[in-house]
Amino acid sequence: MALTNEQVRALEKKAEEIRETVIKMLVSAGSGHTAGPLGMADIFTAFYFHILAHDPKNPGWPERDRLILSNGHICPVLYATMAHAGYFSVEECLTLRKFGSRLQGHPERSRLPGLETTSGPLGEGLSQAAGMAYAFRTDAARDAERPSSDEERSASLTTRRVYCLMSDGEQEEGNTWEAVMFAGKNKLHNLIAIMDRNNIQIDGMTEDVMPLEPLADKYRAFNWHVLEVDGHNISEFVNAVGEAKAIYEKPTLIIAHTIPGKGVPEIEFDYRWHGKPPTKEEGKRFLKELRTLGGKISHDYA
Amino acid sequence: MLNEDLKLSEKIFSPDIEKTPTRDGFGKGVVEAGKADSRVVVLCADLAESTRAEMFQKEFPERFIEMGVAEQNMAAVASGMAAAGKIPFIASYAVFSPGRNYEQIRTTIALNRANVKICGMHAGVSVGPDGATHQMLEDIGMMRMLPGMTVIAPGDAEEARKTVIASAKINGPVYLRFGRSATPVFTTPETPFQVGKALILWKPEDGSRKPEVAILSTGSLSFSALTAAKNLSEKGIETIVLHVPTIKPLDTEAVLDSAKRAGRVITVEEHQSAGGFGSAVAEFLSEHHPVPIRRLGIQDQFGQSGSPEELLAHYGLDSASIENAVRELAGIKLKI
Repeated sequence: MALTNEQVRALEKKAEEIRETVIKMLVSAGSGHTAGPLGMADIFTAFYFHILAHDPKNPGWPERDRLILSNGHICPVLYATMAHAGYFSVEECLTLRKFGSRLQGHPERSRLPGLETTSGPLGEGLSQAAGMAYAFRTDAARDAERPSSDEERSASLTTRRVYCLMSDGEQEEGNTWEAVMFAGKNKLHNLIAIMDRNNIQIDGMTEDVMPLEPLADKYRAFNWHVLEVDGHNISEFVNAVGEAKAIYEKPTLIIAHTIPGKGVPEIEFDYRWHGKPPTKEEGKRFLKELRTLGGKISHDYA
Repeated sequence: MLNEDLKLSEKIFSPDIEKTPTRDGFGKGVVEAGKADSRVVVLCADLAESTRAEMFQKEFPERFIEMGVAEQNMAAVASGMAAAGKIPFIASYAVFSPGRNYEQIRTTIALNRANVKICGMHAGVSVGPDGATHQMLEDIGMMRMLPGMTVIAPGDAEEARKTVIASAKINGPVYLRFGRSATPVFTTPETPFQVGKALILWKPEDGSRKPEVAILSTGSLSFSALTAAKNLSEKGIETIVLHVPTIKPLDTEAVLDSAKRAGRVITVEEHQSAGGFGSAVAEFLSEHHPVPIRRLGIQDQFGQSGSPEELLAHYGLDSASIENAVRELAGIKLKI
């Protein structure tokens, strides 16, 4: 299932387009978060253009995989990726945070088809994802016991997976650990959580604000399978998800080490860019930085 | 006189009327709801026995989910299960759910319009000896402020059973409020129940005197209101008793009608008088038919340990207190 070089290049190109859209959205909105969305562009690209079983033209397809974004504030990258994947037009991205827009400042399920939940308040996504995973597993067991006439449908129901994307900062929420305990107890193998380990939060570096390490050991102690990857290496990330799918007795956490602000060297790893958008001028400069880097990458592969 | 159309208990004013906690009605009702619809699941935060969720657990072990002492997770997990097609009932004490997990309910259930039924047990001071920490008095206010939330406080165990069955058929979030102590079962299986509809339990005999006061009450205190009305009637003071199990959406037609007929309103609830049922009635009447109103409830205080009877008398919520309040409110008019 490993990606070919060609596939990797195509996904990297897509991630770059998504980063450009994110910057344009933030400039247009005049508010919003910059660092997290840029840092997670590679992972969102991997999901919407390779990993997820989904149908942008039929967002309510019951047998789709579910992707829950727990840290809703990075929604610019979710919206941009969904637009590039065909859920809605890329132009609509520029309505982000504006009156009447379906692209609310924090995502709202009832306003935009394709969103699996409403989020922003931290620490709640993993609980919801666990609830979905529990329900799907129950249904799968029931279907296996009493096979429906449509065997294909029943078979595909059992493979529905729930992915929960969360931040490192929200590991400070008690609710997160209630969910970790619940998923561990119930061995929710169809639940795969991805933690954006970018080390920053609003007030500073996570290890200064409230130390989180050793994160991997903590999850293992709660009966999770834990993998750590470079969150900008799409191929490595896709392989990790493949491994997670093969783990049957436990839920899996993939700690994705990412660089906040990735792609724009002048803001990379600067926590001050957690919660503010670029100005018009900065936006122009950032787009240029992104494109130069894009040129470099394609040069390396050539 | 008692409204005979409602087919209330034949033992209604007899000392041997059956007394059962409304939480028992939850237990029975959720089993029936579970039989009627296989999507019904029950989540419980380490209180299976006292919430009566164990009745469902015994009947449907595979659809009962023990959450441990984790009410925040319970609310959000339920939201996820609802998104996956289940009809989750979450059961804990009202101080914890919706008390502790208010924001999870707001974001993941109300804003998501998730099909989750929040069942708050041990509401009110009638919890008794456990004291103030466990006596939830702010839940009606918190829940009725949430857009799209239906709020129901059944009057007795039989009505509680019906509310649970009815709420499973509502596609959206519902808050159901139950009590711990045994209270008179004044309704019967034949008594009508419809979400959003109030019941006139007591009214003056046709052609007799005009009612002095309309007593609007919710939850199990409706029986105390009824007792007060009977005692007052024997002393020549006529009232209307409107039992209002559904606080949201409020049966505004019935509230308006009783306010017009009596010209004065007393509200009764086992809840802070600020923000709860009385506030809902006052908000509506002040804009549509202003009349003198007195709201009986807890007056900006916390509860304390004691027997349910002692506490209800202390906070002015027993039938004697309701009688006095009616006399006082009616007396104001006589002085003018």
